[in-house]
Amino acid sequence: MHFLFSLIRLFARLMAVVSDAWRRRVSSASGALRPIAGLVLCALLAVVPQHAHAATATPIPQTLLAPLAADDTDERLAGIAALGELASPAAAAVLDALGSDRLFATESGRILIQDAQGAVSDPETGETLALPDDASSISINNRLRVGIANALAAQQILTGDVATRLAAVRSLQRDVDPERAPLLRKALEQEKDPQITALLRLALANIDLVSEDPATRLSAAQALASATDAGVKTVLAARLLKQADGSYVEPDAAVRAAVRVALHRLDIHLSRIEWLGNLFYGASLGSVLLLAALGLAITFGLMGIINMAHGELLMIGAYATYVVQYLFRQFAPGFTDWYLLAALPVAFAASALVGMALERSVIRWLYGRPLETLLATWGISLILMQGVRSLFGAQNVEVGNPSWMSGSMVVLDGLVLPYNRLVIIGFSLAVVVLVWVLLNRTRLGLFVRAVTQNRRMASCVGVPTGRVDMLTFGLGSGIAGLGGVALSQLGNVGPDLGQAYIVDSFMVVVLGGVGQLAGTVIAAIGLGEINKFLEPYSGAVMAKITILVLIVLFIQKRPQGLFALKGRSVE
Amino acid sequence: MSSPTHDPAVLAAIPVTPSRPPRESFAPPRARLFPPIVWTGVLVVAALLAMLPLLNLVFPAGHALHVSAFTIALLGKFMCYAIAALALDLVWGYTGILSLGHGLFFALGGYAHGMYLMRATAAAQGADRLPDFMNFLDWKAYPWFWSFTDHFPYAMLLVVLAPGLLALVFGFFAFRSRIKGVYFSIITQALTFAAMLLFFRNETGFGGNNGFTDFREILGFSITAPGTKAALYLLTLGTLLGALVFARSLTQSKLGSVLTGIRDGETRLMFVGYDPHWFKLFIWTVSAVLCGIAGALYVPQVGIINPGEMSPANSIEMVIWVATGGRGTLIGPIIGAGVVNGLKTWFTGVLPEFWLYALGLIFVLVTLFLPRGIVGLVLMLRERLQARRAA
Repeated sequence: MHFLFSLIRLFARLMAVVSDAWRRRVSSASGALRPIAGLVLCALLAVVPQHAHAATATPIPQTLLAPLAADDTDERLAGIAALGELASPAAAAVLDALGSDRLFATESGRILIQDAQGAVSDPETGETLALPDDASSISINNRLRVGIANALAAQQILTGDVATRLAAVRSLQRDVDPERAPLLRKALEQEKDPQITALLRLALANIDLVSEDPATRLSAAQALASATDAGVKTVLAARLLKQADGSYVEPDAAVRAAVRVALHRLDIHLSRIEWLGNLFYGASLGSVLLLAALGLAITFGLMGIINMAHGELLMIGAYATYVVQYLFRQFAPGFTDWYLLAALPVAFAASALVGMALERSVIRWLYGRPLETLLATWGISLILMQGVRSLFGAQNVEVGNPSWMSGSMVVLDGLVLPYNRLVIIGFSLAVVVLVWVLLNRTRLGLFVRAVTQNRRMASCVGVPTGRVDMLTFGLGSGIAGLGGVALSQLGNVGPDLGQAYIVDSFMVVVLGGVGQLAGTVIAAIGLGEINKFLEPYSGAVMAKITILVLIVLFIQKRPQGLFALKGRSVE
Repeated sequence: MSSPTHDPAVLAAIPVTPSRPPRESFAPPRARLFPPIVWTGVLVVAALLAMLPLLNLVFPAGHALHVSAFTIALLGKFMCYAIAALALDLVWGYTGILSLGHGLFFALGGYAHGMYLMRATAAAQGADRLPDFMNFLDWKAYPWFWSFTDHFPYAMLLVVLAPGLLALVFGFFAFRSRIKGVYFSIITQALTFAAMLLFFRNETGFGGNNGFTDFREILGFSITAPGTKAALYLLTLGTLLGALVFARSLTQSKLGSVLTGIRDGETRLMFVGYDPHWFKLFIWTVSAVLCGIAGALYVPQVGIINPGEMSPANSIEMVIWVATGGRGTLIGPIIGAGVVNGLKTWFTGVLPEFWLYALGLIFVLVTLFLPRGIVGLVLMLRERLQARRAA
């Protein structure tokens, strides 16, 4: 039984090696041949006598195995490294067994390997046997564990598939160990993948940078000029340091110059990455601000209603998302990934209904008295907040990203763009387009504009101004609900969610200019960008304060916002 | 503000007569300070309030006439709020400028006084001691803006100067560029929000989110001694009375008429030849200073000041005190501060989770049904009564 298992394991490993060899060659070989070749291979394997696997898996000579059981740790380490460079699956199996206490030594010095299923074989001959009584497990210490990990990584560089090799090279690149140079050179010779080749070159250059020979160091420094990894920076910078006696760590001036060039290039690359990152996160923050402020641009910008409960309408949208998610998890667990799409109309409707109810019951009576509207809506925001607290509890609720929004995209080296932020940037732009179309291309939009421009005249020509007021306010509130869906994907959903955004959203609308959709968009994105670009210099809180002060100063200069309506008035 | 246009169509579209809806005037009847009945009422209430700390000191606990220290502390706190509400009424009720940032001035006054209290407390514990939060930050000496705050007179000057100068500078720019109405409100809200974020930082040097607390001494007296508390209480009462008389004389003067003019028709006032800018700036700064003084009285009685006082919610709550009592009446905001805070104390003791509902309802109901507040309600009832008697 055990024998059968080990046979299957060996066969699987063999297949992996063969298929990987095939994959490496597949770019040159004709694709159509591949299945046929696979069939032939299978047929061959079926007829080959059983002992064939021992011949295919290179037997490991006793000279390599013996040091593993030696008393001296250095000797054992050397043995492990030698096994790693053997680059055969059998050697990897031995190392793996050693790392997990499955390698045994008999008193006669024979090394035996036990696989995960408990089958014992002799790696030297491939022969399977029962575990002798005098065999004892070879114990290892931490130094050896590190050695095994390194040797396995080396083994992976030589024989693993593309992803394994890439990961192994990355992990090896971290620390500079001159003893790895031969291994890396060997890997470089047989490597075909361009990305891995580049990484190997970098790793080699890292090692060569500390070599004895100035010419090697020079070429290494020149090679490192194309590095993109922030880790290389410390290696390069270390060469330019001065020692205690005043001399440079790097004695050769030409090499120092090359190192400086490489360092400079690297700095440029890194700052470019940082800049792009700031740009992206600024746009992301801007899109969040935009979603929070867009509804307000309608209710405040167009209708002139100061709605201090706007933040709570965002919160209602976020809680509606939570409820939809809950229902999906409860009743349609298979479709949980798509709950967000269902949440959009629900959140819109929930916030719009609350908004319309507000408008009809309270705000309607306060038209023309903005300061009173401000106070009344603030009171409503308190009630809504406490209401949510009573219904859902004062704690934050958990709203998860659907799987298609989690994870991130790696652009260049070191620039990570999370999918949820990408989606929300796109979503905010879509909402802007929707609002623009609604206001400029529909009958409701026409009425809205008519009522904002001249309420009496609109009423005279038969526009039901009261109903238009209600619908406009509902639209603004509903968009706040959509904003709430987006916010639920980025941050915490709790009763205080709205409070955090109310000052910001008003700032965006005031800065953009009242009644100006384009102004709102530009103000939101602009504020997001400025905030993110200030943050590295001043810290998040100071950036926010600076922004608020800048807005106050800006309003001094242009009280009507970025895009003022041209007109004539003494006010 | 904008370039004049000469397009005849545009000119024709401008209405000849301003078509604004008739505005209610909240101006009180013109009289020299208060009518006798109000004077009597104010003085009687003040005398009653002044009696309370004496009752607390004279009668032992458990006696029928004993007033608990808790009540004294609570009323002292309410009177500080009342001074702040009075200050807010000067700008909102009389001049029509709604500030959503008066909590900032209140807190600045409080912080200025708190700096003195912190140093007095630290000095009482050891000659070279720094307040604990500075030790946590590993600061070896007081930062420059703390200099001289160990002198009480300078700290008191700072109580006036810090909110006053900020209001002066902010108001100068805001009024000069004719920011008014809700824009002004929103910007003051942003101002106090920004200040709150600033004071929340530990590095700002004001104790971060813990603020100042754990005071022990004021002018060599123990701050927890009943005598000190009574003195602070009486000082607050005196300040409140003084502020009321000062505000009343201000609003009854010619200056007061100009302020009311700004509220009811700023454009017309400009055409008559006044420059509203300076009047607004004056009353705005006076109001901020008064609010700062209220904060300075608040801190030793409550024993803590932290950036939470600067949160936009606190400032807007001040506004509702004024609205509930009746804006533009001076007496009203004092009543409003007492009523709303009394309700708050009751609710947080009995039904804590319903307080925000109640506060929200106060906001909505007062704006919808009581535009002139409690005082307006009383006046209306009296008028009806008189009308019925006359009929």
